[in-house]
Amino acid sequence: MSDIILFAAFPYVAVVLAIGGGVYRYRHDRFSYSSLSSQLLENRALFWGSVPWHYGITIVLLAHLVAFLVPGVWSHVIADPMTLYTLEVIGFALALAALVGLLVLIVRRLTKPRVFAVTTTMDWVLLAVLLLQVVLGFWVSLAYRWGADWYVHTAVPWLYSLLSLDPQTQYVSSLPWAVKLHMLNGFVVIALFPFSRLVHLVALPFWYLWRPYQVVIRNRGYRG
Amino acid sequence: MRIRSHMAMIFHLDKCIGCHTCTVACKNIWTDRKGAEYMYWNNVETKPGTGYPTRWEDQNKYRGGWVLDPKKNRLRLRLQGKWGTLGNIFYNPYLPTLDDYFEPWTYDYQNLFDAPEGDDQPTARAVSMITGKYMDTIEAGPNWDDDLSGSQVYANNDPNLDNATEEERRQMEEIDRTVFFYLPRICNHCLNPGCVAACPAGAIYKRGEDGIVLVNQDRCRAWRMCISGCPYKKTYFNWATGKAEKCILCYPRLESGQPPACFHSCVGRIRYVGLLLYDADRIEQAATAPDGALVQAQRDVIQDPHDPAVIAAAKASGIPDAKIDAAQHSPVYQFVKAWNLALPLHPEFRTLPMLFYVPPLGPVLAKMDRGVYDIVDAASGGLAPMMSALEKSRVPLRYMASLLSAGNEHVIRDVYHKLMAVRVYMRAKKVKDVPAAEVAKALAEGHTNAQEVEAIYRLTSLPTFEERFVVPAMERETAVEDLFPALDPIARNYPTRKGEVGFGFRNDPHRGL
Ligand code: SF4
Ligand code: SF4
Repeated sequence: MSDIILFAAFPYVAVVLAIGGGVYRYRHDRFSYSSLSSQLLENRALFWGSVPWHYGITIVLLAHLVAFLVPGVWSHVIADPMTLYTLEVIGFALALAALVGLLVLIVRRLTKPRVFAVTTTMDWVLLAVLLLQVVLGFWVSLAYRWGADWYVHTAVPWLYSLLSLDPQTQYVSSLPWAVKLHMLNGFVVIALFPFSRLVHLVALPFWYLWRPYQVVIRNRGYRG
Repeated sequence: MRIRSHMAMIFHLDKCIGCHTCTVACKNIWTDRKGAEYMYWNNVETKPGTGYPTRWEDQNKYRGGWVLDPKKNRLRLRLQGKWGTLGNIFYNPYLPTLDDYFEPWTYDYQNLFDAPEGDDQPTARAVSMITGKYMDTIEAGPNWDDDLSGSQVYANNDPNLDNATEEERRQMEEIDRTVFFYLPRICNHCLNPGCVAACPAGAIYKRGEDGIVLVNQDRCRAWRMCISGCPYKKTYFNWATGKAEKCILCYPRLESGQPPACFHSCVGRIRYVGLLLYDADRIEQAATAPDGALVQAQRDVIQDPHDPAVIAAAKASGIPDAKIDAAQHSPVYQFVKAWNLALPLHPEFRTLPMLFYVPPLGPVLAKMDRGVYDIVDAASGGLAPMMSALEKSRVPLRYMASLLSAGNEHVIRDVYHKLMAVRVYMRAKKVKDVPAAEVAKALAEGHTNAQEVEAIYRLTSLPTFEERFVVPAMERETAVEDLFPALDPIARNYPTRKGEVGFGFRNDPHRGL
């Protein structure tokens, strides 16, 4: 029963919250969409925190995404043990970078008075949830080898079953509790999206690459 | 020829008394909010000096503005390319930090009332406006090196002195010849703004009808590249709301026909505002001109509002008659183009600033001789040396050239010769102690004539309020009609959102979660 609530119902709640909340916030309080950078207030520790954290976590997340989107290709690639080990080691290093970065960011928020002053309760909640998520990810990848392999046969079919609105909890019900918690906490992060600074994720300005440098806004029909 | 209109500005540095009234006017209207305490959209610096933020002119440190790629004859942001922007989005290596400005503070005044009885007078200690904690020492403020602060430490660190010779440095430091002047600064509302180009979110834009550069607060995502992109450091980061903010040239005042508050309140009456007509097709050419031709190239972008061809082109662009009329009476056009007296600040940053400065003439060169304060060499040639001593001026020409003409001394020398001509001519007219030959020589050297000098004198010294500030009606009503042709008073389908047509925020602009 608890499996049904946690692995069949909760993911939907989280996703609905994320999309509904995100759209509502964008339409009604667009001003609040910001990455809320604190670089102006503190520069040095931010470098050692923000850069490894963001690059580490982005690439690790992308790896999760790729294995989910093209599980066949992924399985094929990691069938070669050398490739598997290499990927695992790279993933491990990136996750380590993310973890170190996150710890630096947390310590920075605690010890730099200026940054502490602009930290909200939600920031602390988010940091705690993210820390838990990264630590669990670490634990899972160390204790249950090789995640790159069994992920494709457990989490991926489960996610697809969610996607096809026919949740099959048996894919995950017998997994170790650390793995389960990592999955659940992932959906907690998704649920937190519209209620935290995580909204800056969807604001990444890729279209800058195509935009002309200058922006001029004119009223229609009037060019002067 | 694509004619556009632009609100442009003149600051006449000879008249600035460094009173900071402009700064206070701006502060009280726009930046007395949480997160904006440290911002001075208008500030007045002492030159030579390091300015605000410290050494803002040092682009090796801050990477503002554009650089010309000589091979491709193309501009690129000194900061980084577009991919670089995305790569550095998690950490901008060139962002000034609060310590480059100063940590805003107030005082614990309540302690003066609440302190228990004791042997000492109670004090009001400084309290940080960010952390709320006591600050033991205050190490920087918005105007820390005002009037040289009684020290040469700040003046010596002025980036414009990097190229000065030993002789020039010695000359400026000599104690009884120490010299300084004031440099008031606001956003230049550039024609080729670095802030707009650097913003990956596309939140900053130039308003088409008057060229004012604005930050769309709803689109800013705190990527903070604009702060680096602006070589004048005139975009600021609000640490409380997580949004960039900058001078808005008091557009709500302009739209109701008033000059911006800093202009209106200026005690020295150094400020002029008026419309310029310019040719948008020439912007690129001007921004990519070689260093030596930058000033002239920018002048060439500005068009003569009396030229029938320009007027016809302006009308074809939909510029209303009221604006063409305003452009014809613009004091800015007179100083910048008709008289070639006003220069852009640091044109080598290549943003084509639309705020122009008339350089300060400086005190008449004088010396103390056996206890008598006298004009240099006055004995040897009447007042002539006063006029011809330009090369010996207390503020070296090279310094002024570094500030206002991308290092080209001939540009600044031409301006000074004309200013000198005005001084000589008017002295001859009022005090009547300059020989006619000297006047003729000064006029010739300044490439000017009596009529022009009289006009310069009039607009410099005796202008009325209406002559200094020529603000055309902004015709926002036509803008509303353009944007919403189907406005219907019965259905009341009025626009209600900022970004559509100014009704402000529907929610409080509060910090996001
Ligand atoms: S001076 Fe103003 S318009 Fe020019 S780059 Fe700086 S902020 Fe932008
Ligand atoms: S108010 Fe005018 S005179 Fe006074 S500091 Fe400002 S610009 Fe200079």
